[in-house]
This record gives sequence, C-alpha cells and structure tokens, in this order.
Amino acid sequence: MLTINEYVKVKSLEEAYELNQKKTNRIIGGMLWLKMSTLRVQTAIDMSGLSLDNIEETDEEFKIGAMTTLRQLETNESLNNYTNGAIRESVRHIVGVQFRNSATIGGSIYGRYGFSDVLTMFLALDSYVELYKGGIVPLSEFAKMKADRDIIVNIIVKKKPLKCVYMSERISKTDFPVLAVCVSECDGKFIASVGARPARAEAITDCEGILSNGINAESAEKFGKYVTEKLNFNSNMRGSAEYREHLSKVLVKRAVMALGGK
Amino acid sequence: MDTKFVNKPIMKKDAMALVMGKPVYLDDVAPKDCLIVKVLRSPHANAIVEEVKKDVALKVPNIECIYTWEDVPQNRFTMAGQTYPEPSPYDRLILDKHVRYVGDPVAIVAGSDEKSVDKALKMIKVKYKVLEPILDFRKSKDNDILVHPEESWKSLCPVGADNKRNLCASETCGNGDVEKVLSECDIVLERTYHTKANQQAMMETFRTYCYIDTYGRLNVLSSTQIVFHARRILSTALGIPKSKIRVTKPRIGGGFGAKQTLVAEIFPAFVTWKTGKPSKMIFTREESQIASTPRHEMEVTVRVGATKEGIIKAVDLYTLSNTGAYGEHGPTTVGLSGHKSIPLYGKVEAFKFAYDVVYSNVMSAGAYRGYGATQGIFALESAVNELSAKLGIDPVKIREMNMVREGDTMPAYYNETTNSCALDRCLEKAKNMINWNEKYPYKDMGNGKVRSVGVAMAMQGSGISNVDVGSATIKVDDDGLYTLLIGSADMGTGCDTILAQIAAESLECDIDNITVLAADTDSSPYDSGSYASSTTYVTGKAVCNACEKLIDIMKEEGAKALGLSVDEVDFDGKRVFGKDKEISTAELAVKSQCGTKTALEVTVSHSSPISPPPFMVGMVEIELDKETGHIDIIDYVAVVDCGTPINTNLARVQVEGGLGQGIGMALFEDVQYSEKGRMYNNSFMQYKLPARNDVGTLRVEFENSYEQTGPYGAKSIGEIVINTPSPALAHAVYNATGVYIHELPITPEKIVMGMIKNEN
Amino acid sequence: MNIQVKINGKNVKSEIDADLLLIDYLRDNGCLSVKRGCETSNCGLCTVLMNGKPVLSCSVLAARADGSEIYTLEGLQKEAEEFGTFVANQGAEQCGFCNPGFIMNVIAMLRENENPTDDEIKEYLAGNLCRCSGYEGQFRAIKNFLAQRGAK
Repeated sequence: MLTINEYVKVKSLEEAYELNQKKTNRIIGGMLWLKMSTLRVQTAIDMSGLSLDNIEETDEEFKIGAMTTLRQLETNESLNNYTNGAIRESVRHIVGVQFRNSATIGGSIYGRYGFSDVLTMFLALDSYVELYKGGIVPLSEFAKMKADRDIIVNIIVKKKPLKCVYMSERISKTDFPVLAVCVSECDGKFIASVGARPARAEAITDCEGILSNGINAESAEKFGKYVTEKLNFNSNMRGSAEYREHLSKVLVKRAVMALGGK
Repeated sequence: MDTKFVNKPIMKKDAMALVMGKPVYLDDVAPKDCLIVKVLRSPHANAIVEEVKKDVALKVPNIECIYTWEDVPQNRFTMAGQTYPEPSPYDRLILDKHVRYVGDPVAIVAGSDEKSVDKALKMIKVKYKVLEPILDFRKSKDNDILVHPEESWKSLCPVGADNKRNLCASETCGNGDVEKVLSECDIVLERTYHTKANQQAMMETFRTYCYIDTYGRLNVLSSTQIVFHARRILSTALGIPKSKIRVTKPRIGGGFGAKQTLVAEIFPAFVTWKTGKPSKMIFTREESQIASTPRHEMEVTVRVGATKEGIIKAVDLYTLSNTGAYGEHGPTTVGLSGHKSIPLYGKVEAFKFAYDVVYSNVMSAGAYRGYGATQGIFALESAVNELSAKLGIDPVKIREMNMVREGDTMPAYYNETTNSCALDRCLEKAKNMINWNEKYPYKDMGNGKVRSVGVAMAMQGSGISNVDVGSATIKVDDDGLYTLLIGSADMGTGCDTILAQIAAESLECDIDNITVLAADTDSSPYDSGSYASSTTYVTGKAVCNACEKLIDIMKEEGAKALGLSVDEVDFDGKRVFGKDKEISTAELAVKSQCGTKTALEVTVSHSSPISPPPFMVGMVEIELDKETGHIDIIDYVAVVDCGTPINTNLARVQVEGGLGQGIGMALFEDVQYSEKGRMYNNSFMQYKLPARNDVGTLRVEFENSYEQTGPYGAKSIGEIVINTPSPALAHAVYNATGVYIHELPITPEKIVMGMIKNEN
Repeated sequence: MNIQVKINGKNVKSEIDADLLLIDYLRDNGCLSVKRGCETSNCGLCTVLMNGKPVLSCSVLAARADGSEIYTLEGLQKEAEEFGTFVANQGAEQCGFCNPGFIMNVIAMLRENENPTDDEIKEYLAGNLCRCSGYEGQFRAIKNFLAQRGAK
C-alpha cells in the first residue's frame, strides 16, 4: 500500500522542483498509477494549484498543461478538430470517465508506460515536452530519456498541416491495448507510432517515401510491413510477439488507408 | 396463471434501500473500533515454514496478537459449505506449517488500526524451506511430489480420494457398453477442451465481523451464503461446540458460489475467540483474486459417436479437474461436468463418464455458478457442433433430432425422468428470434468482417436431490401479519422477496404483510444454504407447505372461536369464516396472545428426491474481424425453461447476469500463472470483467414448463444461465473462420493464429 | 494536516493523515454509500462528484479534496430515489453493491448530456462494473427513465 508522510500543495514550480529533488518525494498527477504502488513517499507534491490544467491554443501551437486530464483531451473540440478526432479515440477506451477525470497528461507522459495510448498518440504529432529546468524537448527524445527529477510543465503540440488516425486492438473494450497505432501525415511526413508492443511507443517515419506516391492498398500494406520490420515486439499476458507483429502490420495498413480516406 | 404475487415482476423488498445507498453491508454495520485482521501470505507455491520471527512485529504499537501454525488447533477441516459429512476432504488447518500455493496464509495479525497491521505484516520474518511445486495439473496424478503428504489428511466420503496419489476424487460410471456402441457408429469424434479457473468476482469481496456476545458466545456476521455450514465448519476448525457459535449475515454484495465456502470467516473468528475482542477481516480485491474459491479448471475429453444421419448414440467423457491446493468442492463439481451435459441428448444408448480430480500448487478452487456443468457443457456442446460440421448437418437440426424431451428418462442423470421440459420450445423460439435459418452459418460483410451465429443448449439441477434441506417457519403476528423465517441467504438474487411472494400467494395476503427474517443460525429453521440452484425450488416448496399447515392451524383456531367444526370453516386470506360467522386473522392474532396454548406458528422442512433440470438454449450472433480476430457480440438470444418464474423481473435479470458472466468466461477472463506459481491476474486491471460495452445486446425469453414438485411449478434458474456463452461463442467463431477454439478464453489472437495455421 | 471539505452541502473540517484516501475520509464522515470494489481504479463503485465531476474516490487523496465540494449518494437522495426506482422496477439492483457508484455516474452523465444515445450511455458508464445484472436491466432503467422524463 502506498504511504505518504507529508502532503504539500505547492505554490510555485520552483517549490515543486526543489521538493522533487529528494528521492523519497513524489509529484502526484492523477495518482492512479502511483496509488497502486507500494512506495513509501515522504512528501507528496501536488501541483493542482498551479493552473496547469488548461489547453491553450495559439496560431502556432497547442499548449497543454501537465495537470490537464485525459477527459479534457477527450472533450476538447479544437484538439479533436486538429487531430480528426484521433485524440478522443486514443483515450476514450481508458477504463472509464471517472478514471479519465483524474488521470493527467503529465502523469501519462512522465510515466512513459509501455501500454500508454497517450504516448502513442502524441508521438505521431509534432509534440514537445516543456520541462521546468530542461527546457523544451521533442517528445520522441523525452520518451527515450530515463526518468529524472525534472518536472513536466506543458506538452506542446506544434500546429502543422495534419491528418491523423488512431487505432487499437483490445481484448475487452476498457482493457489496455494489445497494440496501439497512430498514423499521421504531419507537414507532408508520414509517421506511424506503435505502442504496447508491449514496450513503450516508438514512432517510425516514412523515410523511404513509400506513401509519397499516394495511398492505396498496396502502399498501405507496404508501409505496414516497413514500420513493423523497424520495431521489436514482445510477449506478455495480453498477446504474443507474433500476434503483435501481425496486428502492427494490419493496424498500420488500416490507419494509412483511413488516412487516405479509403 | 391466475396468481397475484407469483409469476409477477414484484420489486425486491430491499430494492429501494440498495439503490439509495443505505448502509446495509458488512463493513457499513461493523463498528469502527474493532480489531483489524489480516494475514501474511506465502510467496512460494510449495514450502515448509521453518521459522516465523514475530517479536519485532509484535512491538509495533497497536498490535494485539500474531498467530502462526503453532498457535492453532490441529484438527483438519474443509472450508466447503456442504451437507455433513462433506464430500470435500478434510485437508486444511487454520494455518499450516506446509504452505501449498502463493497466497496460502502463514500468520494472522490483528491490531487496532490498519496501518499498524500493515506495518507489522512487513516486519514478520519467515524462513521457508522451498519445495518444488506442481503447477501443471496434468502432471499431478501419481507425481512424486505430494501436495498433501500429511497423515492427518482425511476423506469422509467414498469419492475415490487418495492423498498419496494427489487425488481429491476419482470415479467411473456409465450405462451400456459405450465401446460397442461407438464401434457401431458411422462417425466418432474425439476432442479435448480446456476451461480456466474463473473468478466469481462479486463486487463485495469476502468479509467477516466477529464479537463475543452477552452469553460468551462467538457471533459471526459474515458475507456468506451458508450460515449453518459456516457454524459447523467454524466449530470443527476452532474445536469449540456449535452451541457456542452464532452465524448471521447482513446484505451481501454478490456471491455466485464464492461465498459457499468459508474464506474470510476463520481468521477473525479465531482472533475474537482467542482475544475476546471484536474483530473484522475485509479481503482486498487482490486477496479475493489470489486466495479464494474460483471455478475448477478442467480439461474435458469427449468422444461422441453418431450415425451419418446425425443420431448421437454414444458419449464417452473424461474430465480432469484441478482442485488446486485444497479440495473444496473438488469431488462434487466434477460430477456435473458429465451428469449435467450428457443427459441433454436423449437418444444416447450408452455413455461412460470418468474423472480424476487432482491437487496442484495453485489457488484452491471452489463453487462458482454452474459448478462443473459449465465446463462439461462447453465441451459436449462444442463437440456436438464440431460433429455437425463434420456431418454437414445444421447444428440446430442435430439438436432437434437428439435433444432430451419431456417424459424421457435420463440414464446419465441418475435415471431421473424429465417431468417438465420445454427444451424443444426453447430451441424453436431461439431459432426464430435470431433468425437462424437465414443467418447460419455466416455472412461476409464485404469489409473484412464476417457475421456468424452459434448455438448451445444447457441444463442444470434444482437443488441436490435427497440432500438439500430447506425449511420455513411462518407465524401469525399482531394485526394478522406474518413473519417468515428462513435459513437461506439472499445474496442479491432476491430470494427473500421470492419466498415472500410464495408465502403471500399461499396465504392470500398482500406481500407487504410478510416480514422476512433470514439466515441466522440462532433463529432460522435449518437450511442447507443458498447454493446448487436450490432456494426457490427447495426452500420455496417448504414455504408453500408451511403456509398450508399454518392455514390449517388458523382454521382450527378460527373454528374453535366460532364454535364450529373445522370442516365447516374456510380461509380467504383475511378471515376464517363459515355459517355466516367469521373471525379475522387480526382477531385470531389477538386471541393467540391471551390465554391460549396453541401457537399460530409452524415450521416445515422440505427435501426433494429429485432435482428437476431447468433447460435453456443460447444463440449468439457475432461480428468478427478476419484480420485482427476481434469479436463483437451483436445479439445474444436466450430462451429459458425454469418452470414457472416466480418473479419475472428477477428471473430475467438472473439470465442476463449469467450471460454476462458467461461472456466474460468465454472471451476475457484468463487466469495465468508465472513459472513460480504467482498469479498474474490479481486485480480487476489484469482480470478483465465484461463492461457494459462488451456484452452486446442480450435478449431473454421464457418458455415455461410446469414442474409439479416445485412451488407453483417452479424450477431453478440461478446457475444454468452461465452455461451457453462459451460453447455458443466458440461455435460462432468457427462458423466465421473455420477455427475451433478448444481452450478458453477465445481471444482474437487464438482466432487469427488459427486462421493463419489453417491457411498454411 | 487540516482540511475543509464541503460534503453534501455541509462544511466539514478534519485533521487527516497525508495519505488518507478520499473514499476512507468520506466513509469516516458517514458517507457509507461509497463502496470499494477494487484497489486498481477499475470498478467505479467509489464514484463521487468532486466539484461536479465524477471521480474515483479510491484514487484521490483526501488532502487534494481540501477546499472542494463533494457529493455522494447521501447528498443526492432525491435523484437516487427518482432514478433508483427505475432500476428497482427492473430488479436490476440485484446485490446492490455497485448501485451507489453506478447511480452517481448516471447522475453525472445526465448533467453533462441530457439525452445521451445508447452508445454514449454505454461508453460513459463503461467504468462502472456490475457482476450481477449483465447491464441489460440497468440499461432498460436508464432508457425508461429518459423516456418518462422526456414525456413530462
């Protein structure tokens, strides 16, 4: 059972950062994953008083505060218009509305969970993580970094000409994905992000221009194979490596076809 | 049926309290200031506890006591709630030096607050001698490793148990010469099917509160289906007389058989008996997942023989059942895998049914809705579907040709005769509801998706014949109202209301005039408990009979008061009357409280020599994605013959709920273990129950037969309803893909991998 | 530490441990309708409204609820009775243990979306598990409730 000795609702990011330098202290996001741990936390750092639960839109970007909930992502109109509803699709299967009312984007991204739909989704966009000390880091880089004691302030999504499709296979509707896929055409580049392999999501770009001559059944299938070959797949209780590889080919192909309006 | 309360959608007596969130469950009524009881659990699947260092843990403030195997009585017992002498072996101690699965209790800790208890649990140091476990139940029989090597192990009944062979039970039975009939068949199909150890997963976990009352007796308030069995088991385990124990229950947050076994009770009972202090134990969900009483994992091998025209002439069925570390319900569940599957086929000339129930070093199994029939029916119904495919005959047609019908004798069901059976009408109706003839076998949707249908039949029993006892006490109270005392346990099913409906119908009064008091070993008349689909059929009949007798007493007393003979009076629910004279029940009640020697009260016990099966047909339509293997249930149609449904709403919800659980079993719920025997599916995150967007549309209809031996023609409904989804879904998947899944759950991966294999 | 929470319309001041969960805090304060069905945020039994939004009280620190407004079924008895009657008329309450969380989330859903479609109902309530009913009776109750409300 998780135990916490002290609780501090911080007044500033600096205060949060300073507290977070101590290894026994922890930032609590939605606390959904943290709660299931058996950690003994000295000080729980709560950033819910820092107004980081907003989605701000400018002409250039979306700035999503770390404490924004998954439910906010799901219901935010402009984000969903921008992503053709892919953001909604990526989070709507996660347990239930109540869960998504607490779970935060900051917590999801910080955790870099293998099963993360959120990470899979945002990797297919031109996304960045704004860290309190570390500055702005591309999400693809952040996803590979080891967890440190810095603090996620915002997730930034640069607005580019975008088309985007999210798909996942789940044994039951509210389960973790067996495999999750997001394919986008972002500023002319085709990107496929594949998560729950079961390792954390990775994005593969169409460097060989497989799709540059148009989307059709053949190129979509080829891109599915291309992406799948670049990634490694493993087994866990939800599926074997073999099945995941198969799913990756199928879902990437389908997402590409859907992207092409087919 | 011309009735006022029977066969009607009566609202449950406790319904409004439940929907408004009133504090009626165990942890709502247990006082705040009782000891918190928890147990330390073994991390090893097979080990000897060599040493337990508890001195440091005992120093944690607020810790009351820590007990280990040295502190508990050495009488072995079973936690299975069954009629004495229990068929389940006496193979447990409250705490044992030998721990037999990951999760087996090693020490009991009690303290005044949860945090202190958690802290103390961490500070207990245990030295284990780790032994090699048996994790594959197929290797258990006659293995050198013995799960129960102890000499004090004992089996009270002749069930073929032998702890020196890891056998919890073993038997062979049959009728006719199965080998001869099989040899004469045009086709013999042999298949093996595997079902897993599904969790009942009732929303309220196991929990018990205990205290010592004014008379120095141990009072046990528990979320249980079996108050009387619980009292006996506690008496055996603690080594104290039954007269020193009272067991009652509050409202129960679901059971489904899980609470037909003692799970939490024993630990707080021991603590309270030793310390004299009130205590409670609330199981976590994790404990409920890893250390409880799930369905027996079974591997069922079926041989079915038929003529080329599709007449099924012989069935040979062998079941290997995994009872896990302990033998609760091991010897009995397995019997249903054959005895409640084979009789579905009325033209079988010879059958053989054999089984072995083996111990292994995983969580012990128990009673779960369906109780072995579910596993056997998955196997036999799947085999019949595979046989139909081989013969090229519509599987519905095969069933029409072969199914058991009213008046048939069922050799595989203890030679009982089907006095009430509308299985034929159930099949006909289901076929029309789902539009089988048009939809069978499949339709290609042209978008990579296929829609297909599947079918299965099912049966169960209504109580355990010649064993189960249901009793009812009914008495006239002030104002001519009645109190009905029963020993059965309403676990959400609504049996308090159902039995009150039967009483109101019999006594011709309003249902609000019946107060129900249930499941208290001190005040209830004896009842085996609410399990084995028995309460409506067995206890319900006791209520009927009790009401008849009470009417007789009221007529006698009324006649006396009116100066008439009994033959001259009648009873109409409000009064006893005759020859222009009358006395109301209220007046009779007043008379019974002044200067009388006759009690307006009667107790009746009932037991049935037969266990009339309810029957049903389930048909499912699915949409299957041929590339991912993903299945969506479009439509599930169930038509049930439960005799007369006493409460039409509750009967319907039983069916829908059972289908929901059956769908979970068929598609999602998969108990998996690590190489060392640790269960992966230890939470609702890793053991996925169906959510409301997983079950599709469930459509339920009834085709009533009338069971003469049941109350108002009723049979049972609680268990049968879980039996059709697994075989029907496996069948639909086959019709969509040509892949027959023999091991549950039916996952998209198994389907796709099967399709790829078939292509190659 | 000290917190002040408005529980069902009443301000409650308490001294609590930092790791006290909202569910236990609420139960300690008499809101016994709030039930725990799992420890992994999966069952929905502990659903309460926190500042108007349905959350899992097993996964929120009481400390974080400081200054917020919480509603449990104890504070919504009228709504519980109105809608609950429809559930009871189906016999779909069954064991009843999941009912408070389920009804809380139905109330939340209807506040967000007055006329949900069938799919919206199933999706919004997907995080409320029920092992007894197979969900069909609960669904009928919602549909009947909406129909009756619409007719008014």
